[in-house]
Amino acid sequence: MSSREEILGRLRAATGDVTSRPGDRGPVPVIAATGESAQATLDLFVATVADYRASVVRCTPEQVGAEVAAALVRARAHTVLVPPGLDTSWVARARDAGLRLRTDEGEDGGPLTAQELDGIDAVVTAARVAVATTGTIVLDHAPDQGRRALTLVPDQHVCVVRADQVVHDVPDAVALLDPARPLTWVSGPSATSDIELDRVEGVHGPRTLDVIVVG
Amino acid sequence: MTDLPVQDTSPTFLGMPSFQRSAKVALADTQQRRNLAHATATIRAKRAAAVGEVEGWEDLRLAGAAAKDEALHHLPDYLEQLEAALTARGATVHWARDAAEANRVVVDLARAKGADEVVKVKSMATQEIELNETLEAAGIAAWETDLAELIVQLGEDRPSHILVPAIHRNRAEIREIFARRMGTVGRAAPADLTDEPERLAEAARLHLREKFLRARVAVTGANFAVADTGTLVVVESEGNGRMCLTLPETLITVVGIEKVLPTFADLATMLQLLPRSSTGERMNPYTSMWTGVTPGDGPQEVHVVLLDSGRSRVLADEAGREALRCIRCSACLNVCPVYERTGGHAYGSVYPGPIGAVLNPLLRGTSSEVDRSLPYASSLCGACFEACPVRIDIPSLLVRLRTQVVDEASGRSAEAASMKAAAWMFGDHRRLEAAQRAVTLGGRLLGGRTIRSLPGLGAWTQARDVPSPPTETFRQWWARTHGDDAPHTSEETP
Repeated sequence: MSSREEILGRLRAATGDVTSRPGDRGPVPVIAATGESAQATLDLFVATVADYRASVVRCTPEQVGAEVAAALVRARAHTVLVPPGLDTSWVARARDAGLRLRTDEGEDGGPLTAQELDGIDAVVTAARVAVATTGTIVLDHAPDQGRRALTLVPDQHVCVVRADQVVHDVPDAVALLDPARPLTWVSGPSATSDIELDRVEGVHGPRTLDVIVVG
Repeated sequence: MTDLPVQDTSPTFLGMPSFQRSAKVALADTQQRRNLAHATATIRAKRAAAVGEVEGWEDLRLAGAAAKDEALHHLPDYLEQLEAALTARGATVHWARDAAEANRVVVDLARAKGADEVVKVKSMATQEIELNETLEAAGIAAWETDLAELIVQLGEDRPSHILVPAIHRNRAEIREIFARRMGTVGRAAPADLTDEPERLAEAARLHLREKFLRARVAVTGANFAVADTGTLVVVESEGNGRMCLTLPETLITVVGIEKVLPTFADLATMLQLLPRSSTGERMNPYTSMWTGVTPGDGPQEVHVVLLDSGRSRVLADEAGREALRCIRCSACLNVCPVYERTGGHAYGSVYPGPIGAVLNPLLRGTSSEVDRSLPYASSLCGACFEACPVRIDIPSLLVRLRTQVVDEASGRSAEAASMKAAAWMFGDHRRLEAAQRAVTLGGRLLGGRTIRSLPGLGAWTQARDVPSPPTETFRQWWARTHGDDAPHTSEETP
């Protein structure tokens, strides 16, 4: 008997007493807080992101380029990764300020290697959805965010979130996501609490997270 | 009970003394007690604040328990669904009856890739099966990449907490381990390393980065495996998980079969329960979800090892099966007055604390000294049940396991014999009164001295002092001070 058959057989024997059928519990209950208004949700998101010691600013669509450039300059970034589908107006000011823009194309013409990514200071992306109660941005790695490694290896992540992408609670975000895509939930910069349970920012992921909320 | 196979006790924990004997040693370690008291008090306060923010917390707990029960009660169906979804997305699914089989699968896969090293994300399942030791024996280095796991691995130590495996170490000890050991396995710690947490984290970042960038195979666990979509989920803080899940070409994930969730929508519940219970944060810094292979993004070869190793046996226990709901948040450890004082090593397993006291005897049976002693590693105060995000009634399970342990030893142990004697004595008030008079004689002989141990009650008195008996019973005191008003109890019918 294969391991598969044996384990499934064991489990059928172990659950022989169960009389219900799969799915009998009905639909999954949605337990979520609700915002009083879109404005209140947005205010909450800004506050919870700031709680993680991420920088967070709000601006108009016209100001995005300036805010992106300001965040990059503040972190002393020199090279900036631009995902293939990013709105190029967001990084125009940074280019004008003398920062070097890079695409996901390495020396050999293929995608950047991990080593090449390690030499890049920052990345600018959009997001799929953001959660107010937890201060979370969720990436689904569409072309305006790029494949997963792009938002992981560089030490700074500048993420531009549209105000209409901010939902109130976790279940609202889960309902919008496509499980077929890789998903990365980001709540503040990389951190650890492994040393005496003190939260320390900055281990392996980007140590600087800048969130720019537009609209 | 059932004839399904128990989990083999790994060589690390084989022949472990009872919890109570190990606890006595741990209690004498004042440094460790200080570290633990500080750490658990900090995280208890954080958790209380994070949980207090959520109005529907009890509804979330009920939904979390219901989601896990749905999966567990129909586990064969949901595992088959998970397997089909994973396979459809280009993943290869392996089934492992026990630790040895799971280890063999991973070693064979790593060898097939020609890898002499793998990077690892902290995983309870791979710790349980002692994968690292097996890989080392096969000549494959396994690099733990979680900061606390790195501390444990470099210190040649054992984890003592589910979430913060190096909770028993303070910053000065960590600095010393990094300075002494990092250079022997890769990039050395900076010469001017201090014990500031920021500097220690920076040293780990530099040490591990070279390993991440060159790694070709990663081994991980998963917090959840979603049956309807085939999505696997890793919840973490540092980004080492993302590194392992993203950069290598080959990804091997070892998942206990109880990690299954029925639907993707259930993640909405779990992602609210887990971080707040675990680290006391609204959300942990990083959660990664992946569904098989994504062309052009991340590992292009994805393997999933579904591990039984005693879990089917626990599932067959109608009362005990709720322990399989556990999402390894460790909230029960942090609120436990016993764990706070003894630390995790005394539990003789990778699963310490209240959930370990339940899970280990269920998984491994009660044939060993340590597993027989674990149901007693509790004051039954109930704090663990209250903190558990999936409502595992740990105190009731402990009491049931105590019954099982006593029944198995029935007639042979001092406890069973004394319970039998007590039943005889309490069965007739004349016997009770005679016994009480006999006790006061003992009290007068001892003259108020504390009794440190009693013959035949070694286990019980190991952790407790016995109060010295009074020199007078209540009945004797009443008769002496109230004279003729004394109630004539002996005329009442019992």
